[in-house]
Amino acid sequence: MGSGRQARSSGKWRPAGLAAWAVIGALLVACKPPAETRRTPEGGAEARGLALIENAGCGACHEIPGVTWPKGRLGPSLAGFDDVGLIAGALPNRPGTLAAFIRNAPSIKPGSTMPPMPLSESQAADVAAYLYGLDHD
Amino acid sequence: MSPLTSTASIMTEALWGWPPPVLDPAGPYAESVTVLSWALFAMGLFVTAIVVAALWVALKGPARLKAKIGGEKVVGIGGIAFPAVVLTGLLIWGLTLTASLTKPITGEEMRIRVTGEMWWFRVEYLGPSGDVLFEDANEVHIPVGQPVVFELTSADVIHSFWVPNLSGKKDMIPGRTTLLRVEADRAGRFGGVCAEYCGGPHALMGFVAVAHEREEWSEWLTSRTAPRDGTGAAGRGRELFMESGCAACHRVAGTEAGGRAGPDLTHIGSRLTLGAGILPNHRGTLIGWIGDSQSIKPGNRMPSYDQLPAEDLHALAAWLEQQK
Repeated sequence: MGSGRQARSSGKWRPAGLAAWAVIGALLVACKPPAETRRTPEGGAEARGLALIENAGCGACHEIPGVTWPKGRLGPSLAGFDDVGLIAGALPNRPGTLAAFIRNAPSIKPGSTMPPMPLSESQAADVAAYLYGLDHD
Repeated sequence: MSPLTSTASIMTEALWGWPPPVLDPAGPYAESVTVLSWALFAMGLFVTAIVVAALWVALKGPARLKAKIGGEKVVGIGGIAFPAVVLTGLLIWGLTLTASLTKPITGEEMRIRVTGEMWWFRVEYLGPSGDVLFEDANEVHIPVGQPVVFELTSADVIHSFWVPNLSGKKDMIPGRTTLLRVEADRAGRFGGVCAEYCGGPHALMGFVAVAHEREEWSEWLTSRTAPRDGTGAAGRGRELFMESGCAACHRVAGTEAGGRAGPDLTHIGSRLTLGAGILPNHRGTLIGWIGDSQSIKPGNRMPSYDQLPAEDLHALAAWLEQQK
């Protein structure tokens, strides 16, 4: 046992081992390109957004990836929201508009079933950040 | 206290919160059980350690020690005398400690009748002669530092009433009344759940126990017993409630809505949760529940009112929010 250890540390195995690791590493890296979203929110906003979504009970009306229950269907599913063209089929899908819609939907889209939500402006921005992290892949 | 209770927080916090509610007693009845549990756990750990140590000696230990644990004397002491003394001691101590749990009920305590129904809790506050003073649902309010007796029963199948912070579980059995004495020694909101599988959405059947300090308690009591005009602003929401069928199952005191099949909505506007302890209560969740309760709590007895247009859902929710 002792002699085997010595042989290893003496350097005989090093080049082959490194090459093997390099190949494995290269293969892993090449597996799949990193997920791309159209917007990259600042760190922490998405996590805060998910917590807010769970606290406010958005799931009562929306299916939202990351929220296991409830998955309401009175409102649209928000899966893959990053790729959605128009908010509520009417408004351009931009961060500012989305945050404002989340906070007070009827003021932006009269007639919306979605009521104003008990969220501050920065909280609504965090929720929007989470929704923009929802990609189809 | 935040005005919002998060989605499922009443249910999840009652079971998974930190510190674990079963180990975080908020009253004398839970306290004694918690102390006993820790003591038994410690004793069990101690005995397990001795057994493992003896096993190690027997398998791998030096011959000198092996000889020591091999004699009849060790079996006599460790196998008979020690357990007999320790278990008897623990039994006497445990029974003394938990004697208060079975203390006879004097009849002087405040009484609240809670009826388990599929899948919510009907709550009735009783007067001295057993008459119903007022009704509520999915929420029990109690004063701090005063024993309260819950009269537990069921309208359909067996349910179980459990507020881990305050007490052990007690079954709610159709045709019978079981009594559970509870006391809170600090103010707070404690999650409660149905602890006996009762069909479909059993896992979504919860409630909140709220313990109030003295002054807050009398304020709350006044708010419940004060005469109601019961209307809020009349208008579309109220009309819809009476015409769409809501009033057939739900009662709102002071109005013509007198349904008894579903939860009493007289004070829905000040309730902490919707759907029996499962959703925070605000305009959004109210609309979500009315419009599509079947997606939220599949199998519950309220149909989804998804035929109502947006403006009707808003009007209904607005009227319900006024029922404080």
